[in-house]
Amino acid sequence: MAMAIASAPQQTAVATPPIIDSHDVHLWYGTNEALKGINLTFHEHEITALIGPSGCGKSTYLRTLNRMNDLIPGVTIKGEVTLKGQDIYSSSMDTVALRKEVGMVFQQPNPFPFSIYDNVTYGLRLGGKPSREELDEAVETSLRQAAVWEDVKDKLHDSALALSGGQQQRVCIARVLAVKPDVILLDEPTSALDPISSSQIENMLVNLKKDYTIILVTHNMSQASRISDRTAFFLQGNLIEYDDTKTIFLNPHKKETEDYISGRFG
Amino acid sequence: MQQQDKIRESMLKPSQASKRERHGKILSFAAISLIVIVVVAIFVFVATRGIATFTVDKGNLWDFFTKTTWNPGQTDKSGHPLIGALPMIVGSFAVTLLSAVVATPFAIAAAIYMVEISPRRGYKILQPVIELLVGIPSVVYGFVGLSLIVPFVRTHFGGTGFGILAGTMVLFVMILPTVTSMSVDALRAVPRYYREASLALGATRWQTIYKVVLRAAVPGIMTAVIFGMSRAFGEALAVQMVIGNATLLPQNLVSPSSTLTSILTMGMGNSVMGSVSNNALWSLALLLLLMSLLFNILIHRISKKGALH
Repeated sequence: MAMAIASAPQQTAVATPPIIDSHDVHLWYGTNEALKGINLTFHEHEITALIGPSGCGKSTYLRTLNRMNDLIPGVTIKGEVTLKGQDIYSSSMDTVALRKEVGMVFQQPNPFPFSIYDNVTYGLRLGGKPSREELDEAVETSLRQAAVWEDVKDKLHDSALALSGGQQQRVCIARVLAVKPDVILLDEPTSALDPISSSQIENMLVNLKKDYTIILVTHNMSQASRISDRTAFFLQGNLIEYDDTKTIFLNPHKKETEDYISGRFG
Repeated sequence: MQQQDKIRESMLKPSQASKRERHGKILSFAAISLIVIVVVAIFVFVATRGIATFTVDKGNLWDFFTKTTWNPGQTDKSGHPLIGALPMIVGSFAVTLLSAVVATPFAIAAAIYMVEISPRRGYKILQPVIELLVGIPSVVYGFVGLSLIVPFVRTHFGGTGFGILAGTMVLFVMILPTVTSMSVDALRAVPRYYREASLALGATRWQTIYKVVLRAAVPGIMTAVIFGMSRAFGEALAVQMVIGNATLLPQNLVSPSSTLTSILTMGMGNSVMGSVSNNALWSLALLLLLMSLLFNILIHRISKKGALH
């Protein structure tokens, strides 16, 4: 067991190429600097967890990766974020195309007040007019991937708002999967859910890893340790430590990380 | 022992605060009762008068809705009073529907601008303009309609200028602010996270507006439109000034015609209480009352259905 832990970092570190690279990312809300120069590289087909106490900037950082912070007035961003080598903050970058590559799931389940079917096909119908068969197939595939097909297959045309919180969140994940992004960002996707729904979503994320790159913000440290390959620890707008998850949890190099992991604050 | 008795006594007696609460309850209940009594009284009064046309004066209900001759003082060969209200009914519905049809797209466009496209400018400029428009008395609208719109219609569309077209134009301006501000409320009530979810799926801003925000706001916008229609249906003065007030079935949009309200306001002063012509006017009032009741029920239905989502 100890051997496996010791050898794990090298294995994952060389296993997959980087997909998102951020270099010296600063972000200000007005004059308040929320991110103070973040350098972080995410690797394909891995789950990366971003952890840290409330207000440490982890969600803010997550939202710089698909430019959702652009929507907030008064935000200034400096630095470089590349997706497969392309600068996503360059003036020629199309945010619409970017967000199709980098999907996002939010903390509160937020299905549209439409039917489950219309929710899942929403992203597909934006680009053009897919045929009925294509849509049907995409609905089944993505709902199966999101492990909610069995729950909803008989009520696809009922309102998604009639589902339970956990089912709603999985429909929201299916809605993102249907667009076939490369990267999925999840902002505390299980914090509003009960333990059973949370573990269903965790299992699903582990299964999705083979097809997608997953970046997950979580408050729940055991969740991070259970499912992630790498973990980044944020504190007050700084990236304190980024390493293999096992290293972070068993053998952190920084004192702040150790204090946080061991529950001394946060 | 004595102290215990004191506590016991104070607990058994109603306290100052609980007395005040009871007074408050009685007072607010009295206020509510008064309102209910007034509403019921109005209904009963209008209904008894309005129905008297058909019971006491032997008016024919079928004639009321289908005949086109409005001359309640006289009777036809079979002795029924001439109470054909069809011209007014058609007139009322025509101006109401037309003004709603014209106002709705403008109202939705303005609301989208104010909520989605430029909230700051919308709030600074459009909001005060709309509030101002709501506050203008209807006689002013009517006067403007009479001196500007009627001549405009006369020169560009022919006829005397009085008629449904002029009425529609005036009502359009009158209901636009109401429909707009209620549509603004409907759009604002759409949660932010719907917009975020849509944008995060790679939708453009415009796609987000018409595929998510507008769709989620449909019940609210329908309520706004029906509210505007009920205002248009009940508006009397401004319409009366521009519609021509001829109790004839409208031949086209520029022929002088009338609405339920305009005939009511025209006729009220010229009839004696209890006479057939007076009762016939009450029948028109009853129809108006029932229609506004219907609008209210529709609004309730829609907002309840919207709340389910």
